[in-house]
Amino acid sequence: MIASKESLPSAAGAGDVDHPTRSPDAPQETFVLNLGPQHPAAHGVLRVLMTMDGEWVQRAEPIIGYIHRMHEKMGENRTWAKFLPNTSRIDYLSAMHYTHAFVGAVERGARIEVPERAEYARVITSELNRISSHLVWWGALLLDLGGFTPILYAFDDREKILDLLEGLCGARLTYCYYRFGGLYNDVDDAFLKGTRDFVRHLKPRLRMYRDLVTDNIILRKRLENIGPISADMCRKYGASGPVIRGSGVAYDVRRAEPYSVYPKLDFQIPTYPAGDSMARYLVRMDEMEQSLHIIDQALDLIPAGPYQAAKVPRVLKLPAGDYSFAVEAARGRFMVRVVSDNKEVPYRVKLRTPSFSNLSLFEEASRGMILPDALAMMGSLDLVIPDIDR
Amino acid sequence: MTTFLSLEPIRVLLYLVGICAFVGGNAAYLVLAERKGAGRIQRRPGPNEAGWAGVLQPLADGLKLLAKQVLVPPGSDSLLYRIAPLMVMAPPLMCLVTIPFGDTVVARNLDIGLLFVFAFGSINVMALMLGGWASRNKYSIMSSARVVSQNVAYEIPMLLVVITLLMMTGTMDLQEITAQQSGGFWNWNIIRGIWDFKAGHIGANLLMPVTFVIFFTCMLAETNRAPFDMAEAESELVAGAFTEYGGMGFGVFFMAEYANIVVGCSVATVLFFGGWQSPVGFLSGGLWGVGWFLLKAYALIFTVIWVRWTFPRTQFYNLLNLSWKILIPVSLFTLMLTGVLIKVPQWLHHLR
Amino acid sequence: MSLFTAIRETYTGFKSLLTGMRITGREAMRPVITVQYPRETLPMPARFRGHIKLVLDPETGRPRCTACTLCAKACPSGCIELDGIKREGDKKKSVSRYELDFTKCSLCGSCVEVCPSEAIDFSKDYNVVSLSRDTFAQMDLYAKVEAEAADWARLHPPPAVAEASADASTAAAPAVANPAATGRATP
Repeated sequence: MIASKESLPSAAGAGDVDHPTRSPDAPQETFVLNLGPQHPAAHGVLRVLMTMDGEWVQRAEPIIGYIHRMHEKMGENRTWAKFLPNTSRIDYLSAMHYTHAFVGAVERGARIEVPERAEYARVITSELNRISSHLVWWGALLLDLGGFTPILYAFDDREKILDLLEGLCGARLTYCYYRFGGLYNDVDDAFLKGTRDFVRHLKPRLRMYRDLVTDNIILRKRLENIGPISADMCRKYGASGPVIRGSGVAYDVRRAEPYSVYPKLDFQIPTYPAGDSMARYLVRMDEMEQSLHIIDQALDLIPAGPYQAAKVPRVLKLPAGDYSFAVEAARGRFMVRVVSDNKEVPYRVKLRTPSFSNLSLFEEASRGMILPDALAMMGSLDLVIPDIDR
Repeated sequence: MTTFLSLEPIRVLLYLVGICAFVGGNAAYLVLAERKGAGRIQRRPGPNEAGWAGVLQPLADGLKLLAKQVLVPPGSDSLLYRIAPLMVMAPPLMCLVTIPFGDTVVARNLDIGLLFVFAFGSINVMALMLGGWASRNKYSIMSSARVVSQNVAYEIPMLLVVITLLMMTGTMDLQEITAQQSGGFWNWNIIRGIWDFKAGHIGANLLMPVTFVIFFTCMLAETNRAPFDMAEAESELVAGAFTEYGGMGFGVFFMAEYANIVVGCSVATVLFFGGWQSPVGFLSGGLWGVGWFLLKAYALIFTVIWVRWTFPRTQFYNLLNLSWKILIPVSLFTLMLTGVLIKVPQWLHHLR
Repeated sequence: MSLFTAIRETYTGFKSLLTGMRITGREAMRPVITVQYPRETLPMPARFRGHIKLVLDPETGRPRCTACTLCAKACPSGCIELDGIKREGDKKKSVSRYELDFTKCSLCGSCVEVCPSEAIDFSKDYNVVSLSRDTFAQMDLYAKVEAEAADWARLHPPPAVAEASADASTAAAPAVANPAATGRATP
C-alpha cells in the first residue's frame, strides 16, 4: 500500500515528496463508498459517490440537491422587495455579499443612486461578513483535520463580529440589512467604534492563529502538496475566489468588475502560485488581513449623510431588460442576473453561485488521491452546500 | 495486625486490589480531567453539571456504558471478540506490578523490571488487532491493520531509546534506576546524561533531552493518542477499530487506553525524572516519595492531554515517515553517541 | 533533500510544535468565556429582532395600529392576518385582531419598515417556549398589546376618577367615563 517513492503528479510542479502512490501493477478491486448526505465533516448535505480502489479514489461523483429550496423559483413569485430575505439564506455565512448583489442588480435596473454613506456602510459590513465566513471555514477545516481547539478560538472572534452586526441591524446571521437605495437603518457611532475596537483586537489574534496553526509542522504536512489544482482547471470549471487565487491567477471581482466604493479603497489581492491546499489556506488567511485593512480605510472615509436614497417607490417596477451584478463573496464570484418585463415581480432571477463551480472541479482534481487527502482538499475549497443547491 | 499484613500473600492481594483501584480510578477520572482540560484550553468550562464541577460525570458515563447491551455481532469470531477487551486491559495492570511508587511501595520489584514492562507493553498491539479482526467489519480490519503498523513502527525507536538509557544506568531494576537518581533534581537522568554531578564528569548521553522527547513521542504513538490517533479517529468517515464494541466492551478499551497512558507516563517518570526521588534531595521517604512520583507522573499525563488538544492529526504516511525516517536515525545516533561517550574514557583510562 | 535541510526542517518543525503548545497553554490560563445560560443571560441590544409586537401609544394607552394592512401586504411570507373595526368617536380604524404566523416569519423587517403609523416594532423576546404549536403558528399579538393596555390603564387612571375617589362617599364615578375604556371590544 505504501512505499512508492515517485512524487505526486502535481500540476504545480511540486518536488519529490514522500507521499504514497498506487503501484501500477497492484490488482484493481474497486468498491463504491458513499460519503452520505449526513457526515460529521462540517460541509453540509453533500453526497459524494466515490469509486474507491483500496484507499485511492478512482472517481468521486458529487450528488447535489439535498437542500434545494427553489430560491430562483421564489424569485419569480415575489415582488422585488419581498425577495430580500431569500438572498441572505442562499449562502448564510456570507449573507451580506449576496444581498448586496441582488440589491445592486435592482439598483442598476431602476437607476437608483445610493448615497455615499450607505455604500461605505455596505463595504464595512460586507468585509466584516467576509472575515466571519473565513473564520468559520478555518475552524471547520481544522476540525476536519483533527484539531479541536482552533474552531473555538475562531468562534470567539466571530461572536464579536456577530455582536457588532446584531447591534447594528438586529440579526446575527441572516441580516437582510440592505434595501434598494441604501440600508435598513443608519450605522450608529456605537457600531463604528465597536468595529474599530474589533479591528484592533483581531490583528494580534490572526498572528496567534498563524503561530498556532499555519506554521505548525503537522498542519503543513497535511496541506502542502495536497489537492493540486492548476489554473487551467480553474478556468475550465469556472472556479473563482480563493480557489483560483490559490492557483496563481489574481482574479478578484472587486478589481475585475469594480462595484460600490472599492475603487476608492487600497487593498491587495493575495495570490499564491502553488495551487495546493496550503496555497488556498494562505490566500484566505491573507484575505482576512486585507479585509481588516479595507475596514480601517472605510471607517476613516465614511461620510455623514443620508443612508437611503430619496424617492424609492415602495413597490418597485424595473424597466424591462436584463441586469446583472457580480460581487466578490467569501467563496468566489457571486452574480445575480435579473430579467424584468416591467412588472412588480421579476421574470427571472438567476443566481450564479461560486460553490457550484468550485465543487465541479472536485471530480477531476480528486482522481488518484488518498481518501483523507481528498477530504482535506474538499475542506480547502470552502464549500457551503446551500450555496450549491440554492 | 502488621505481621498479618506483612504476610506475602496478603501483601500481594492488597497490592493487587490497590493497582486495580488505581487503574480503575484513573481511567474514570482521567476522562474527566481530559474533558476539563480540553475545556480550559478552549476557554469553556467542560463538564460541570453532574455534581460539583462535574465530579460525578464519570459515574454517569460508567452507568451509561454498563446499561448498554453488549452485542456480539453474528458471524464474528465470538471467542476472540470477547477476549480482546480482556487482553487489552491486562498488560497495563501487569506493568504496574514492577513500577516503584515509593521507596518501599512496589508490588514486586524484579531485577528485569524494565524488560518486563516493555514485554507486556507490546502485547497491547496484538489485542487491538484481535479486536479489529474479530469484528468482521471491513473497516475495522483496515483500521486495526493500521494500528499494528503504527505500533510496530514506534516500538523500535522507543526500545532504542531505552537501550541508550540502559547503557547509562547499567541495570534493568527499576528501583535501582530510581536509587541512582537520588540527591536532587540535577541527578535525575535527564540531566545526568549531560553532566554527571555525582561522578563529576561528562554524562553518557549529551542528547538526553532529545532522547526524552523521542520516548514521549513514541509513548503517544503507542497509546494511539492524538496527534497519532488515525486509527480511532478514522470514525469520522469510516468505522474505527472498535465500532462493533458496544457498552462496557467499548468502555474497557477506553479504560485500557488511559491505563496505558498512566503506565507510559509512570515509566517515563522513573526513567527520566527520578521516580519517587524528591527534587531537593531530602523528603524522599515513605509517603513523600509516593507524592513526588504521582506529582511527576500526573504532570506528564497533563502534558499528554495538552498535546492532544493542541495539534491536528498527522496523516498516516507522515506518521510512519516520522518514525522510520526521523526517530529511528536520531535514536540510533544517540545510541552510538552514548556508546562512544561511555567507552572512550574507559579506553583512555586503560591506556594511561 | 540533503541531510542538512532535513535536520533544519525537523528542528523548525519541532519548534513550531512547542510554540503551539505555549499558545494553548496561555489560552488555558485565561478566563472561561461561556455564558452559563440559563443561570446567566446576556442583554439583548436595542435593535434586536425578536418577533414583532404591536406598539402601545404611551400618550393614549391604545395600540397605534390602524389596520391599514400594509404590513400584511409587504410580508414576503404572508404571515400576518389582521382585522380592524372603526370605533365610534375615533377618526381612524383600530385593530381588533392581529395574528402572526411566527413559524413562517423570516424577521426581515419589511412590516416594521412599511408601517405608516409606527405601530409595529421588534420585541426582545428570544426565549419563547410553549407546549403547543398554536402559540407560534397563531401568535396573538393583539392579546399581548391588550394586556399591556390594561397595565397602562391601571397606571394612568383618568383624573376624574381620582377626584371622585378622593370624595369617597359620592357615587358620581360611573358618570365620568374613562374615554379609553369605551368601545373596547372584548377579546
